[in-house]
Amino acid sequence: MSMTGAEIVVRCLQEEGVEHVFGYPGGAVLFLYDALFKQTRVKHVLVRHEQGAIHAADGYARSTDKPGVALVTSGPGVTNAITGIATAYMDSIPLVILTGQVPTAAIGQDAFQECDTVGITRPCVKHNFLVKDVRELASTIKKAFYIASTGRPGPVVVDIPKDVTTHQCDFEYPEKVAMRSYNPVVKAHSGQIKKAIQVLMEAKRPMVYTGGGIILGDAAPQLTRLVRLLGLPCTNTLMGLGGFPATDRHFLGMLGMHGTYEANMAMQHCDVLLAIGARFDDRVIGNPKHFFEEPRTIIHIDIDPSSISKRVKVDIPIVGNVREVLEELLRGLEASKARPDEEALKTWWTQIELWRGRDCLKYDHTSAIIKPQSVIQKLYEVTGGKAYVTSDVGQHQMWAAQFYKFDEPRRWINSGGLGTMGFGLPAAVGVQLAHPDSAVACVTGEASIQMCIQELSTCKQYRLPIKVVNLNNKYMGMVRQWQEFFHGNRYAESYMDALPDFVKLAESYGHVGMRIDKPEDVEPALIEAFSRKKDLVFMDFTTDQTENVFPMVPGGKGLSEMILV
Amino acid sequence: MRHIVSILLENEAGALSRVSGLFSARGYNIESLTVAPTEDATLSRMTIVTSGSDEVIEQITKQLNKLVDVVKVVDLSDGEHIERELMLVKVRAIGKDREEMKRMADIFRGRIIDVTDKDYTIELTGTGSKLDAFLKAIDRAAILETVRTGASGIGRGDRVLRA
Repeated sequence: MSMTGAEIVVRCLQEEGVEHVFGYPGGAVLFLYDALFKQTRVKHVLVRHEQGAIHAADGYARSTDKPGVALVTSGPGVTNAITGIATAYMDSIPLVILTGQVPTAAIGQDAFQECDTVGITRPCVKHNFLVKDVRELASTIKKAFYIASTGRPGPVVVDIPKDVTTHQCDFEYPEKVAMRSYNPVVKAHSGQIKKAIQVLMEAKRPMVYTGGGIILGDAAPQLTRLVRLLGLPCTNTLMGLGGFPATDRHFLGMLGMHGTYEANMAMQHCDVLLAIGARFDDRVIGNPKHFFEEPRTIIHIDIDPSSISKRVKVDIPIVGNVREVLEELLRGLEASKARPDEEALKTWWTQIELWRGRDCLKYDHTSAIIKPQSVIQKLYEVTGGKAYVTSDVGQHQMWAAQFYKFDEPRRWINSGGLGTMGFGLPAAVGVQLAHPDSAVACVTGEASIQMCIQELSTCKQYRLPIKVVNLNNKYMGMVRQWQEFFHGNRYAESYMDALPDFVKLAESYGHVGMRIDKPEDVEPALIEAFSRKKDLVFMDFTTDQTENVFPMVPGGKGLSEMILV
Repeated sequence: MRHIVSILLENEAGALSRVSGLFSARGYNIESLTVAPTEDATLSRMTIVTSGSDEVIEQITKQLNKLVDVVKVVDLSDGEHIERELMLVKVRAIGKDREEMKRMADIFRGRIIDVTDKDYTIELTGTGSKLDAFLKAIDRAAILETVRTGASGIGRGDRVLRA
């Protein structure tokens, strides 16, 4: 049956089982919007800025195991989307972004709303396409979904000139994709897995360190089984939280720049490190030279070969799908009776418990001013640890990561790699749409929230009962903290004067606003907010302006050189 | 250390910029880069001469392999290989220098492919160092223009790179 390009795009989305497309219309995508209008299976979610569309699709993808889909127009539609695309790329989130382009004949003519989308997005996508022939549209979209969601996932852009959306051809959606140039590794080398088991069995001070790969690879159950089977200590990166239950005694908390004392010390002093779906980045291991002052054997499981031996030299590399590898590792372990040296492990745990006893996350519980940590702690209690929590970037993000104990994967949604302020609210839009009956909290600060505040309007349009937890200290808190520690208390441009009245602001968007100034009001406010199942509630907490995030590994320092409270 | 990396990639619009963009984004060196379609018109063959520590070269090959348009990557420096570069040099050739220049071209097995009453254009093929040697051997002031292709490389014997 002959169809227009626009109809083909919509049919492809239907074939892929896409529920929501996050987007914003414009000249180059009018035919696509017309085709969307004529059907009901794929629901379009209208955001207020294209950055919000990508973050919302991203939040949707992170909280499900499905790729997120966004649709934006050419030129400024695309450039507005770049921050969102780069955010998804840094955290390996599967997205398909459809972008309008000026008609093929106008490409290169500096046409109205033209930009070189393939060129501009190239450094921040897994792959991109410009479709110049309507006959290649369906197969390209199929490839886009395939590339986005296989191997190490990532965003894929499909740029579609306006005339291509009007051209006609027969529609046929390919069932399979075969690409000679793209064949991600799935199955790992069995010999390497055997070697890994042997090294683990000989370990005296073993440690498991896992990242976003466990979440993206849906390998949390396998990881949990492995850690419990061997009785190993386990830490998660910021991206990996929820990969292992935070309330399990084997869990040492997050590691890295604002990781716990026990996680960082154990990471530094272990003799065998099992790294899974993590990439040893600068915020995780601190100064690599210092990290290598302690000898240890590193086993690294990752789906992306280029993540292995990139920043640290790895002894046993295992390239493969983390879930499959862990399954094979578990089969090997369960078949043999060999276990790590019990005595050595006991001694190691005794040491770890000493470190844990340092209680590195302690803070003043008697303060007359609201401590931001206490808000997160109460949020955790009030939601029973079951909420989906999105966050922006800064101190509030670190406190959320430290104090909300995630027992399940895909509950903690934040921009770890790019560190995008403005991510939290639009991401929550995608999360709430994916999980309409679940509690969704957006932990943010008065600086971050203003970067995508316009999405409060989207929340109203789709009746999304998100709970915004605004930790308002009137400072860009993390900037202020660095200025206090490293720039002689000179708070250059980090104080936000002339803040809006967030309660009135929320109300003007049609939401419920609350201001909470006293510690004793924190819990009742949260209880009330979460009991309002149909309302978005914006809670503006006036928090301690001087509070800092501890522990802290200063830039360039080693993991064990933490500043402690 | 100098490495010569051979890449087989889809002959698609933008494939070259994906490779060159990768090198600039990650701060890798490109000494030279040559690319042209192969006997199979859907594939291009690229040769990149680069330099870096073993770790950097390992990352370069891994990152190249990660590009969706790249079919295969091989570091030719890992084994026996041949590399050749083509150079065209326009030199002044007047009076007694005319004979001397012809002689030098012959010694280096170059060919004179264009002649006027004032100059020669010499075509020279070889390794980069041979081309350098030729330029050193002739009078520098006589050189009017040079153009070099950069190295192309191929494995020796049964070392074959194909899709």
